[in-house]
Amino acid sequence: MTPLDEAGGTVSGEDLIAEVLSAYPAKFGKRRSKHLTVARTAEGEDAPGCGVKSNVKSIPGVMTIRGCAYAGSKGVVWGPIKDMVHISHGPVGCGHYSWSQRRNYFNGTTGINSFVTMQVTSDFQERDIVFGGDKKLGTMIDEIETLFPLNKGVTVQSECPIGLIGDDIEGVAKKKAKEIGKTIVPVRCEGFRGVSQSLGHHIANDTIRDYVLKDKANADGGTDYDVNVIGDYNIGGDAWASRRLLEELGLRVVSVWSGDCTLSEMEHAPKAKLNLIHCYRSMNYICRHMEETFGVPWMEFNFFGPTQIAKSLRDIASKFDETIQKNAEAVIAKYQPMVDAVLAKYKPRLENKKVMLYVGGLRPRHVATAYDDLGMDIIGTGYEFAHGDDYKRTSPYVKEGTLIYDDVTGFELEQFIEKLRPDLVGSGIKEKYATQKMGIPFRQMHSWDYSGPYHGYDGFAVFARDMDMAVNSPVWSLTKAPWKAAS
Amino acid sequence: MSALRQIAFYGKGGIGKSTTSQNTLAALVELDQKIMIVGCDPKADSTRLILNTKLQDTVLHLAAEAGSVEDLELEDVVKIGYKDIKCVEAGGPEPGVGCAGRGVITAINFLEENGAYDDMDYISYDVLGDVVCGGFAMPIRENKAQEIYIVMSGEMMALYAANNIAKGILKYAHSGGVRLGGLICNERRTDKELELSEALAGRLGTKLIHFVPRDNIVQHAELRRQTVIQYAPDSKQAGEYRELARKIHENSGKGVIPTPITMEELEEMLMEFGILKTEEQQLAELEAKEKASA
Repeated sequence: MTPLDEAGGTVSGEDLIAEVLSAYPAKFGKRRSKHLTVARTAEGEDAPGCGVKSNVKSIPGVMTIRGCAYAGSKGVVWGPIKDMVHISHGPVGCGHYSWSQRRNYFNGTTGINSFVTMQVTSDFQERDIVFGGDKKLGTMIDEIETLFPLNKGVTVQSECPIGLIGDDIEGVAKKKAKEIGKTIVPVRCEGFRGVSQSLGHHIANDTIRDYVLKDKANADGGTDYDVNVIGDYNIGGDAWASRRLLEELGLRVVSVWSGDCTLSEMEHAPKAKLNLIHCYRSMNYICRHMEETFGVPWMEFNFFGPTQIAKSLRDIASKFDETIQKNAEAVIAKYQPMVDAVLAKYKPRLENKKVMLYVGGLRPRHVATAYDDLGMDIIGTGYEFAHGDDYKRTSPYVKEGTLIYDDVTGFELEQFIEKLRPDLVGSGIKEKYATQKMGIPFRQMHSWDYSGPYHGYDGFAVFARDMDMAVNSPVWSLTKAPWKAAS
Repeated sequence: MSALRQIAFYGKGGIGKSTTSQNTLAALVELDQKIMIVGCDPKADSTRLILNTKLQDTVLHLAAEAGSVEDLELEDVVKIGYKDIKCVEAGGPEPGVGCAGRGVITAINFLEENGAYDDMDYISYDVLGDVVCGGFAMPIRENKAQEIYIVMSGEMMALYAANNIAKGILKYAHSGGVRLGGLICNERRTDKELELSEALAGRLGTKLIHFVPRDNIVQHAELRRQTVIQYAPDSKQAGEYRELARKIHENSGKGVIPTPITMEELEEMLMEFGILKTEEQQLAELEAKEKASA
């Protein structure tokens, strides 16, 4: 049960939703009502249901926090692959204003063998729109080859105009791939496609299937302990924290998709015996493909917070032999003192604090248990671009009475925060300052607020420290108006 | 000098828009009008008969060579043709690449911003085929052409295209000031062509401005890259174009907001004229045929 339902609590979730919706014109209120709910356990169920309508077009005129297909492909899936050059194909803005916004850490030398933090764009001008940009794209790939000879390949991330003028980027990619003998991937991730960044993930997954895993050359070989980590983008070093744990387990991580990842690692991924998927939303497509084509099974895991880490380590180990299973227990035992120390320090400072989340991908459910471990209560959570299967997966993570909001509008989120006054809000940069101005502590939960990692045991220590830093900052005692205190 | 009049010729591809418009404008210049033709077709053949040659220096090709339209001067793109008619071609990409519609927008904006329309009496836009996208609708949008003349014939698809263009005009008629000037029938010698054209004009709430009879002299002139006005000024056909030019000149401000009809209504209209047959008629004819052969 969340504090929402407690006697003397501020307001029940259902009443709150009704109140917020009443501000809309009837038609839009009705439409939005399908995206908002309160997690309630139905008769015969053992976890609260949080089914809401999802993955549909946002209502024009509201402030949505969603991204576009280009953001999903270039920003999330392809962008972190470090030894390929990713061209933002089209006018300069899309690439420029999304430049290095995801903190995908990587090893390597920028401009020599790594290109993650570089902004490479075809910078479309009027004449490229009118006469088409295929020639320019060809020239550009040649120039990339001259400037960065150690690149392992190029991806072409389409911006909106490419789809509007019908450029044949597939033709250019095919021709150039033959000429330079490297992988060139045309991605049709024009921003106007789909309702959110989610379609961009899917399109990018499909191009990995068609251009990286196209032949079955790398399916055999490897050891019995080979795994891939899928859907870990190494935000603030997350993938490194995860990899360390898996290696301590005795497993060999062939590739991490796609944080700190190379093209070659991806090509060898089908060798693995098991795919471990962290962000289900953005990469389940390629896992299903590898299962069907290469017979690699996949399982979901969660490395946020000690409870889920221990559970995941045991689940993963159960797919391997006794050595690994013994290792799992040893690893859990090894880190227990560290976990105890973190909890001893931070739990008393954070216990019973109320938290609201609004993020993307897997985080609205996966990080919930990390807060649980610290004794904090999630009173509301929601996804930017989830589908129905994400909300199904959310049930085991939330408590009775939790507010659930899909593609929440700026207005709704602000109202929910204002009325519930949680002790902490975790969302993105656009929400940060508005929330802090209400006098409520905030952490960016897309970029880990320039911190991280949050995955694994190492990450949990950082996570606990960061939450404490936000919630218990002395600055919040200064937000009360002095004249109000006087009266 | 009277206020600037902007007109545009639309119509189905191959109907004779460019030929009709150039002949008409060549006649209009005899009424002491200062005219500029703006060709809005990537093929760049809207000014060939006036210039007596195909224009090579289109706005967009020069702009692509120079970098962008900002690098162009008006003198680079405006050519002087028959009796000082000024000619500009927007140009555009080869078929199958890029966005010709965006090209039309770019070219027209360039002309306006650089004062190409100063001191002119008439601007005439010659636009490719049907209205295919926003770019080709540019001349019908706000502050561009006041009157649209639709070149058509008695053929089914030409009528259909004319009705479609009327829909495009209607869309912009309320936000801008665009009106339908009228229909110009370019004779194809189809059944009841004049009557059908007049009937469609009636349905669209406009009038048939002129019925241009078919005359091979147009072809003779065109082969010499000339208008009939230039090639055979005293011919009967030259007179027809002078008549059309006079009617368009006098039609200033008399354009209407069109009332386009549905596809079904268009088909019904063809049936009324006995050009399309109803199913009953077809059955009756079949029966009659069978009886006759039995």
